Amino acid sequence: MFGLARDIWHYRGFVHGSIRRDIAAQYRGSLLGAAWVMIGPLALILIYTLVFSHLMKSRLTGVDSAFGYSIFLCAGLLPWTFFTDSLSRLQAVFVANSNLMKKATFPRICLPVIAVGTAAFNFVVIAVLFLGFLLVSGVFPGWVLLAAVPALGVQVALSTGLGMLFATLNVFFRDVGQAMNLILQFWFWLTPIVYPLGSLPGWAQSVLVWNPMAVLVSHYQSVLLYHRLPDPGAWLGLAGVAGLALISLWLGLATYRRRVGEMVDEL
Amino acid sequence: MTGQLSVEGLGKAYRFYPSRWARLAEWLLPGKPRHELLWVLRDISFTVAPGESVGIIGRNGAGKSTLLKLITGTTKPSEGEVRLSGRVAALLELGMGFHPEFTGRENALMTGQLMGLSAPEITSALPQIEAFAEIGRYIDEPLRTYSSGMQVRLAFSVTTAFRPDILIVDEALAVGDLYFQHKCYARIRQFRAEGMTLLFVSHDPGAIKSLCDRAILLDAGGIRADDRPDNVLDYYNALVAERENAAGLAVEPPSSLNAGMRSGDRRAVLLDVALLADDRPVKVVRVGQPVRLSIRLRKDTDLTDLTVGFLIRDRLGNDVYGTNSWLLGNKELRSLPVGAVACVDCRIPALNLGPGSYSITVALHSDVTHLEDNYDWWDKALVFEVVRGPELFFVGVTQLPGVEVRVSVDP
Repeated sequence: MFGLARDIWHYRGFVHGSIRRDIAAQYRGSLLGAAWVMIGPLALILIYTLVFSHLMKSRLTGVDSAFGYSIFLCAGLLPWTFFTDSLSRLQAVFVANSNLMKKATFPRICLPVIAVGTAAFNFVVIAVLFLGFLLVSGVFPGWVLLAAVPALGVQVALSTGLGMLFATLNVFFRDVGQAMNLILQFWFWLTPIVYPLGSLPGWAQSVLVWNPMAVLVSHYQSVLLYHRLPDPGAWLGLAGVAGLALISLWLGLATYRRRVGEMVDEL
Repeated sequence: MTGQLSVEGLGKAYRFYPSRWARLAEWLLPGKPRHELLWVLRDISFTVAPGESVGIIGRNGAGKSTLLKLITGTTKPSEGEVRLSGRVAALLELGMGFHPEFTGRENALMTGQLMGLSAPEITSALPQIEAFAEIGRYIDEPLRTYSSGMQVRLAFSVTTAFRPDILIVDEALAVGDLYFQHKCYARIRQFRAEGMTLLFVSHDPGAIKSLCDRAILLDAGGIRADDRPDNVLDYYNALVAERENAAGLAVEPPSSLNAGMRSGDRRAVLLDVALLADDRPVKVVRVGQPVRLSIRLRKDTDLTDLTVGFLIRDRLGNDVYGTNSWLLGNKELRSLPVGAVACVDCRIPALNLGPGSYSITVALHSDVTHLEDNYDWWDKALVFEVVRGPELFFVGVTQLPGVEVRVSVDP
């Protein structure tokens, strides 16, 4: 584990340069360039707001902001986009870079770091915009916002762990990449992003407690929409998810370390 | 010691699973392995001293690229180990994993970073890289617009921007044009003079001989020879010739099947034509090897004259050499009784042809030419291949023996 960290540090120039190049590559050859970082999520938010805001307004109890539903949506959708963006980048990272892996010698662990870094950059851009919007509309949550940081850390650990596991498995079983898109579709609708958790019947709510992303998203919504520190029960839930994230991180890294030698032969 | 490279009992096996499910089962269920091992390289041990230069030769599939990949660490060995000391730079296959959408400059930066150089180091070397690659304004164009030669130019320039302690070069340079190859060899020589260790894979015997102190012959995943380059190349050529002859004999169709055009009034007929070296039929001959062309014929009617001739043509159909028994002053065929079968042996003490593919046309006719009476004309009666032998490198269709160079300074 220490060796992996040292490798990444030693190759930080390559990691940093690659993240910059990956970001540039996303928009190379397009007229609008980096604007596409925002256009995608903004369009999604617009669609969901138009479709669902009337349906859901009455269910968002205790919120009187004109943008209530949009803020609720962003609080869940932006971190969720970060989560899926990380997972899909990670899952494909070794397969997509097979050319580089076959021809150059460098610590392979750099590749997942680059994938997470690129996804994180995209998220930071859109999150800063969103927070700026909150500030301008006078609904900035203030210092309560800091409560979202641990949840975000847990989320990164969870997506990195799962992503590393899928990335390694995907080299040997390409089914993983196919299946993941499907799983993420289901997972999205099983997470209270578009609808509030409270609008579900009681039995469904008690089932969703077991969805780690539902725990994280509720945490974000509590901070960003209600400007409330999550209650002790929510923190306990977060601790549970953190445990799960650590397990997934361990599983992902262990699988990676066990199979990294075989990987190039298979690509 | 910096620049030392040693390989100890190195082996590489690929796992072969009967199906994807078998791999999954092996991962998840305990018990016996469900794969077979396919060894592509085994028991490879050698040491390259600092400053030494070693060439690796072998046929395609002999394991050369795998060996280099194991040494550079791109692939993990299945057994044994590789020990390297000092900074290693490797120019494996074409492209070095260049990104097609990025410019030459960006790719140079990335390749440099992959080699563990820092951004300022690379930036300071960029003008020099650009100057050496000589690709002009293309340095700022995306890599997908590059020809393969330009990619090699860039790759070599970046890889050797700083002198490594060990340089590993695969076939890569063969893609470039001659001008750039010479430039690369000059730089490699300069680095060698400064004490760099070189590991070099090439199909070009001339390059191996001039750049390397030693050569290793790989065949079927093992080391067959490890000696001075000329000795190893000799052995290699013999091995190739032997293999191809063995293969040729095994699969060769009857001579009537691969025959070319036959014409003539058949008053005398060609029965069989063979090219022999050391009294064995061959399809592959080394430059300068003594050979014998053996022609069997039958005289079917009484003829005032009978001459047998042969003509060697290159693969494009140009006449390379032709003669006949009349020109060579042999009149024995004239007195051959009707119905007799005779064998005519044409001895060629040294087949001084350049490497390439050649055909032999054989004819029976009267006197000096085939224009008067053409009995049997057999176009491309056989085809053979000439491969490089121990001689010094040369180009062209013929090897002129005894060529020397002398320099005299004007008084």
